[in-house]
Amino acid sequence: MTYLAKPKLHHPKLPVNRLGYTRRDYEGAVSTLCAGCGHDSISAAIVQACFELDLPPHRIAKLSGIGCSSKTPTYFLGNSHGFNSVHGRMPSVLTGANLANRELIYLGVSGDGDSASIGLGQFAHSMRRGVNMTYIVENNGVYGLTKGQFSATADKGSKSKRGAVNNDSAIDLVTLAIQLGAGFVGRGFSGDKAQLVPLIKAAIEYPGAAFIDCISPCIAFNNHAGSTKSFDYVRAHNEAVNRLDFIPAGGEITMQAAPGSLSEVPMPDGSVLRLRRLSEDHDPTDRTAALNYLRQREAQGEIVTGLLYLDPEPDDLHAHLHTVPAPLNRLGDAELCPGSAALERINAALR
Amino acid sequence: MSLKLERVNDFVVKFANVNGSGSASANELFARSILRMGVPVSPRNIFPSNIQGLPTWYEVRISEAGRLGCRGGVDLMVAMNPQTWTEDVAGIEPGGYLLYDSTKPLPPSQFREDVHVIGVPLTELCNSVYTDPRQRQLFKNILYVGVLSALLDIDVKEIERLVGEQYRGKDALIGPNLEALKLGRDYALSHFDCPIGLKVRRSKALGDRIFIDGNSAAALGCVYGGATVAAWYPITPSSSLAEAFGRYCGQYRVDPETGKNRYAIVQAEDELASIGMVIGAAWNGARAFTATSGPGISLMTEFLGLAYFAEIPAVIFDVQRGGPSTGMPTRTQQADVLACAYASHGDTKHVLLFPEDPRECFEFAARALDLADRLQTPVFVLSDLDIGMNERVCEPLGWDDSHRMDRGKVLGFEELESGKEFGRYLDVDGDGIPYRTYPGSHPARGAFFTRGTTKDRYARYSEEGPVYVDNMERLIKKFETAKSLLPQPEERRAERPARLGAIYYGSTSPAMLEALGALQSQGIALDLLRVRGFPFHERVAKFVAEHDEVFVVEQNRDGQLRVLLMNECGIDPAKLVPVLHYDGAPITARFIVREIAERASLARVTPLRKSTP
Ligand SMILES: Cc1ncc(C[n+]2csc(CCOP(=O)(O)OP(=O)(O)O)c2C)c(N)n1
Ligand code: SF4
Ligand SMILES: [Mg+2]
Repeated sequence: MTYLAKPKLHHPKLPVNRLGYTRRDYEGAVSTLCAGCGHDSISAAIVQACFELDLPPHRIAKLSGIGCSSKTPTYFLGNSHGFNSVHGRMPSVLTGANLANRELIYLGVSGDGDSASIGLGQFAHSMRRGVNMTYIVENNGVYGLTKGQFSATADKGSKSKRGAVNNDSAIDLVTLAIQLGAGFVGRGFSGDKAQLVPLIKAAIEYPGAAFIDCISPCIAFNNHAGSTKSFDYVRAHNEAVNRLDFIPAGGEITMQAAPGSLSEVPMPDGSVLRLRRLSEDHDPTDRTAALNYLRQREAQGEIVTGLLYLDPEPDDLHAHLHTVPAPLNRLGDAELCPGSAALERINAALR
Repeated sequence: MSLKLERVNDFVVKFANVNGSGSASANELFARSILRMGVPVSPRNIFPSNIQGLPTWYEVRISEAGRLGCRGGVDLMVAMNPQTWTEDVAGIEPGGYLLYDSTKPLPPSQFREDVHVIGVPLTELCNSVYTDPRQRQLFKNILYVGVLSALLDIDVKEIERLVGEQYRGKDALIGPNLEALKLGRDYALSHFDCPIGLKVRRSKALGDRIFIDGNSAAALGCVYGGATVAAWYPITPSSSLAEAFGRYCGQYRVDPETGKNRYAIVQAEDELASIGMVIGAAWNGARAFTATSGPGISLMTEFLGLAYFAEIPAVIFDVQRGGPSTGMPTRTQQADVLACAYASHGDTKHVLLFPEDPRECFEFAARALDLADRLQTPVFVLSDLDIGMNERVCEPLGWDDSHRMDRGKVLGFEELESGKEFGRYLDVDGDGIPYRTYPGSHPARGAFFTRGTTKDRYARYSEEGPVYVDNMERLIKKFETAKSLLPQPEERRAERPARLGAIYYGSTSPAMLEALGALQSQGIALDLLRVRGFPFHERVAKFVAEHDEVFVVEQNRDGQLRVLLMNECGIDPAKLVPVLHYDGAPITARFIVREIAERASLARVTPLRKSTP
């Protein structure tokens, strides 16, 4: 298998964004995933979100672990630096990268095996550190790349394609992320792009740890009857708590009329999150309420999607560490090396 | 009793204490006061993996001749721990001295005929002056320093000055400390014939040398070398390196105008995360390092393979100790050599540096950061507990202000804009080192996807065999290039041509050099080579070829450097004689002399036998 470059011929009438990029400029190599894999829809949503946000592609760094999901950064943002790291450890690599240069946009892509099984520790600690990033788990409840073993997000009682029943409790990454201190927590479904694209846009713009658990059926190993991560099951049980629009700072405000009450959440940079609440009893800025709501709905067998929790006063690791505003990777000898005169004083104090 | 040790500026004092009793600072005060008199000392902490209650020792070798290795044997034992009394008394050299707390009388069977006993009722003296239990404990320690100052003729003014420096800003503590000091000193002066046979005499031997531990020096090297990101997970004996980095950064890396930090330190959740952060930061163009010990290296190995294959700089300090977490975590060894040299899966080999003392810890730390960037690969600095956690007399740290960080082969915006060809894994210069770009450098050029080995010269996905082999061959070429960039070995030739050689590295240095003198006086001529880096410089194999037999002196069981020499230089194992010390205590000159002298005399006998028909 070798790399397949996409033909770069642009249709002259392709729409361009404010930076003059077409949607094509945000795409990557041709996907080698199974046709119909949920992960490809998420890649498409990422492309759309970055295009719509007018992001310069080279200012995004995309990092992933190992798995079908973690392969996807090859298939979007071809002009961005990417890093396919090791299984379950993307969060630490992303954290280090972020420490080196706080000016780039960090996109972490992972799978449910990658983040909830082998990498649960790193997932948890990156959330509690408040690394400024968008962390997307493409959650199919199985290990796709190693052919269909249960992952730690598989629901108790769900059946594998080969008929085995999962007896272990499922880990709910959304609940964990909220408990651990992530500032932005949402859940999407690869089959609902209208909800997913604004969710990703808002997460990217959020200046703190933003986490999206995106249910993404594996059509090869987890799309059968008895699976709780199949297209049919998710469609039947999806309970969207809100629809959101993300309005960047200074951007034009356009809203389609929609049912449900509307609330606006201003972000520190002047942008606005508009939440069209479908469910009146969910307040995403109240951590305890958000957790309660999730539990209640889950008890009803519903998979709640939408923006589930949002800390309106975001914070991030660089703020905690009081780092200089300039990226650390740009500091030179003059700023970093105290020089020989200082060393002489140090020597003198050591006698 | 006949023999009485009479020595000036050349003896060993050992303190036996209980962990957590506050003895550490008193013992250090003792060592420093001798340094202030211009006499080199080398103290060593011997401590258990425990916070309070278990035995600890502090051994100070006083040597005007500058012998800083562990000598073995004790001339004056300060026995403050009843738990270890028997072994402490047994360790004293014949004719040596024993200082103990005589508050409670001990039966004569507890003493040795051939040892001079000095009893001071320390507890009684202390209790007569102090009422607070904590004070009684702390001042008892200062009290014995006072006693020692009289017994050994240490200039009490130096101790008083040190106390003043130590409690600067907490002046209320100075008076009571000086009082305790005087109490002990006066008692000794009025009860014993001072000084005893052992004596400290003011000297100029120390010169301008400094006194620092290797971990602090390495941390300072990271500050000077431009490290901005440090990620670590606490583990003895490496923790103090990361902690010192934080302290020095607080002094030298804060923007004076804004008060903001020009560094980021993260105490990670484990060593996997530490090395992951280092790799992420270095991938993104920052200088980054982590500090750990053996068990941490084990956890890092998957990432180390990735960094090797993806060619990402990383600096790892491995302050070695004995084996696993329940091994000898507070004892010294050089037992991670192979684990680091070949860390990880697939065909991997890594660059290693072996500092001999704190000065080289400083120098190699800064150098490792340059080398990692230049070679785009992990670089290990292998120190150990003996030099990492103990303060050591060494040459002052030096820095050349004309030095600039070597960021290696990086294409920036201008080069990319000018249309310079970029292939992330393309060997443009024929040295195996490709060019890299930092993320975000150019809107349309220079982006690439980082992954292990499923890639071609342009970082495009490929699983083809020839493409893989091509990449692996280039990595070996790069490793060859490394040989000329690393610190070169240091050779020391005997006065007359020698058929025997010895190879050693790291903290073994002072013991080896001391042993050399002793072997010379026994008529054994020995050439020395100190390895300072891996991959080995060509002079290492040449040195072995020039000798009939070469001793490889190390502090591990399996002769790990010897294995590396055999493996990497194709040397006949029969030529390399292992001299191995690995009980957790630092190697001593006495040990090396014994091992080598025995072997050398055997070797001398062999040809005789051969010539007899
Ligand atoms: C240390 C290590 N152990 C095991 C593997 C094998 N492995 C590769 S992908 C994978 C599971 C991936 O599952 P998930 O993260 O859910 O991704 P998916 O393929 O389902 O998208 C495993 C176990 C590995 N690459 N590394
Ligand atoms: S195995 Fe499953 S997760 Fe992997 S590409 Fe195929 S459908 Fe997607
Ligand atoms: Mg999965």
